[in-house]
Amino acid sequence: MKHLDEYRDAGRARALAAEIARTATRPWRIMEICGGQTHAILRFGIDQLLPPGLELVHGPGCPVCVTPLELIDRAIELAQTPGVVLASFGDMLRVPGSKTDLLAARAAGARVAMVYSPLEAVRLAGEKQDQQIVFFAVGFETTVPGVALAVREARRLGLQNFSILPAHVLVPPALRAILGSPQSRIQGVLAAGHVCTVEGYEDYEPLAADFGVPVVVTGFEPVDLLQGILLCVRQLEQGRAEVENQYARAVRREGNREAKALVREMFEPVDRKWRGIGVIPSSGLALRPAWREFDAEARFALSTGAVEEPSECISGLVLQGAKKPYECAAFATRCTPERPLGAPMVSSEGACAAYYRYGRHHV
Amino acid sequence: MSDFALSCPAPLAQHDRVLMAHGGGGRLMRELIERMFAARLDPQHETDAATLALGGRRLALTTDSFVVRPIFFPGGDIGSLAVHGTVNDLAMAGAEPVALSAAFILEEGLEMETLSRVVDSMAEAARRAGVRIVTGDTKVVERGHADQLYVTTTGVGVLIHDGELAPWRVTEGDEVVLSGDIGRHGMAVMSAREGLEFESEIVSDSAPVHREALGLLSSGIRVHCMRDLTRGGLASAVIEIARSARARVELDETRIPVREDVRAACELLGFDPLYVANEGRFIAFVAEGDGERAAALLPGGAVIGRVKETGAGVVTLRSLIGAERVLDLLSGEQLPRIC
Ligand code: SF4
Repeated sequence: MKHLDEYRDAGRARALAAEIARTATRPWRIMEICGGQTHAILRFGIDQLLPPGLELVHGPGCPVCVTPLELIDRAIELAQTPGVVLASFGDMLRVPGSKTDLLAARAAGARVAMVYSPLEAVRLAGEKQDQQIVFFAVGFETTVPGVALAVREARRLGLQNFSILPAHVLVPPALRAILGSPQSRIQGVLAAGHVCTVEGYEDYEPLAADFGVPVVVTGFEPVDLLQGILLCVRQLEQGRAEVENQYARAVRREGNREAKALVREMFEPVDRKWRGIGVIPSSGLALRPAWREFDAEARFALSTGAVEEPSECISGLVLQGAKKPYECAAFATRCTPERPLGAPMVSSEGACAAYYRYGRHHV
Repeated sequence: MSDFALSCPAPLAQHDRVLMAHGGGGRLMRELIERMFAARLDPQHETDAATLALGGRRLALTTDSFVVRPIFFPGGDIGSLAVHGTVNDLAMAGAEPVALSAAFILEEGLEMETLSRVVDSMAEAARRAGVRIVTGDTKVVERGHADQLYVTTTGVGVLIHDGELAPWRVTEGDEVVLSGDIGRHGMAVMSAREGLEFESEIVSDSAPVHREALGLLSSGIRVHCMRDLTRGGLASAVIEIARSARARVELDETRIPVREDVRAACELLGFDPLYVANEGRFIAFVAEGDGERAAALLPGGAVIGRVKETGAGVVTLRSLIGAERVLDLLSGEQLPRIC
C-alpha cells in the first residue's frame, strides 16, 4: 500500500492546486460523477485548495442513492416473506424505502443478511438449502461482473434457492441524460476511475464530442483528483473536449475484455428508473432470458406499481449537479443520517452524507 | 408502543425499536443513553467509571458487557477482552484496578471446551493485569436466545490521585496524546467474523493499559482527562470529550498512526480508521508542555493534537493534504460500501 502515500502527498497536492490556480483564467463548473470521489474531495478538503471560481458539482454516482423507492420496498417485502433471506451490501441497509428501511425491518423481524460479495450470498444459499437467498444486486458497471460470476456459480452448483433482485445502473446513459438536459450547467466531467476499469472509456468519447465537454477518467486519491481537475481545466481553457485518462495505472481504453464479455453474455440493457431523476433509457441491466430463473422478480410475486417520493427531498437535483446538498431546505434539520428523508443522506457514497459528515453544515 | 410513549419523558423520535446502531458508539447510542437511561437513573456523566468516597478511601466502579462475535479472534477472545475492557475503564479514571466480578450468560448447547478456553483466557488476563476475579454469576438461556456466550464484568479500583480526571478539566493549550496505532481491534474482529482475507492477518490490540495510564499519573505529568478508545474509535472519543469540555480540539491526521494493513483493509471496505474500534489504546489530555514527555512514556505514543480554545465543543482534523474539516459522530456503525 506504499502507493497510497504517494497519492496523498501534501506537497504534490499543493503543487497541483497551485498549477490549477495558474491555469484557470475564468470560472469553470466540473462534475465529478462518482460519490466516492465526492467523499474524498470533502474528506481531504480538496475543495478548499481550489481557486474560488472553480466549482465542483456532484453527480449521480451513488448507486445506492439512485435505487428507486419501489425496488427498496420490494427488497423489504422479500425480507419479510417467510422462508426468504435478503442478502445485501452494508450501505444499502439504512436507505429509506417508502415506509421503512432494511435495518429497521430487520429489527422488526425481517430476515436480512449483510454480505461483502455476491459470491458470499451464493455460499449462504449452499448452506441454507431450506431457505431462498435473494441478493440485492445494486451497483454500477464495477459490481456487475461479480454478480455475473455468482449467478454462474449458482447454476454450476445447481442451487434452486438463489436469485438476485437486479438494480444495476450504468453511468454513460445517465451522463447523456444529464448533459442533454436543457438545465445542464456542466462544463467538464471527471469520470469514475473504477467504473472504467471494467468498461473502459470508449463509451465516453461520443459524449465528449456530442456535448462539447471534456471528460477525464480520474482516480480517488487526492493527487488523482487534483490531476484530473487540472487536465480538465487545461482542456476547457484550450477549448478542447476530449476523453483523457488520468487513471492510466488502472484503466485501459477498452476496459477489461473478459469481464465485459461475461456481462454481455448474461445481461442485457433495459430502461431503468433512477430515484429522483426518472426513467433513463438503457441505463439498467436485466438477466437475459437464458438466466432469468435467477431473477427474483420472476421467481416471487412482488408488488408492482410506483410510489411517491417524499416531496421535500431534492435528491434528484443534487444527483444531477443542479443543487448542492445545503441548498435543500431539509438538509441537517429535518434530514439527518439518523432520520434521513432521502438516500443521499445515508449512503456511504451519498453527497448529502458527505456534506453532513465532513462538517460542511457547520460553516 | 403507546405505553412506552406515555412513560418515556423524552421519546426517542421515530425509533420504536432498538436498532443495531443504538449500540454502535455513535450519535444514536449517545441519544439512547441520555434520553433513556440518564434521564431516569443516576449515572455519573461523561466518564467510563464512577468515583465513590467510601470510608475515607476514593474508589472507582465500572461495568461493561461483552458480546463480541466471533468469540475468538486474532489477538484475543471474549474472555480476555472482558478483563481488559473493565481494567481499562478503571484506569481511565486514574484508579488502580483491585477486583472484578464476572457474570456469564450461556446459550444452551455451548461446548464445555469453548467455555473452558474462555475462562482460562480470563484467568490468564486477570493474572497478567494483576487483578482478581472474586465473584460472579451464571445463567443459561435456551438455544437461539443468545449467541454462544456473553460476559459482563464489573470492576472496583482505588484512585491513585487526589483530583478528578474528567472532561471539565480539559482546557485551552492541552495536548492530546494517543497511546499507539489505531483501528486494529475492529478490523481484526471484522476479518475474523466475515471470513475476509486481507494480505496479512490483522491482530487485535486488545490489552490492559492501566500500567501505562497510571504510569503517566505517577510520573508527574499533569493529566486532565483520559479515555480508552473502544467502539466509535478515536474520533468518537475525542468528539465526546470536546463536547463535554466545550473545547475546540484540533487533530493532525499525519500524526495519527495507522498500520498499513489496517489502512488497506479500511480502504477496501470504505471505513474511516478514525472510527474503527480499539481495545488497547487510550488518549490523554495533558497540560501544555507535557505532551512530548507523555508520548515518550507510551510505547507507540504520539502527540496528535491540541485544545485550541474553549467554548465551541468541536473537533477539527487537519487532513493528510493539509486542509481542515470538522469531525462528527457517526450515526451508527460504519457499514461496508458497495464499490
Ligand atoms: S438533504 Fe436529505 S432531503 Fe435534502 S436532498 Fe439530501 S437526502 Fe434529500
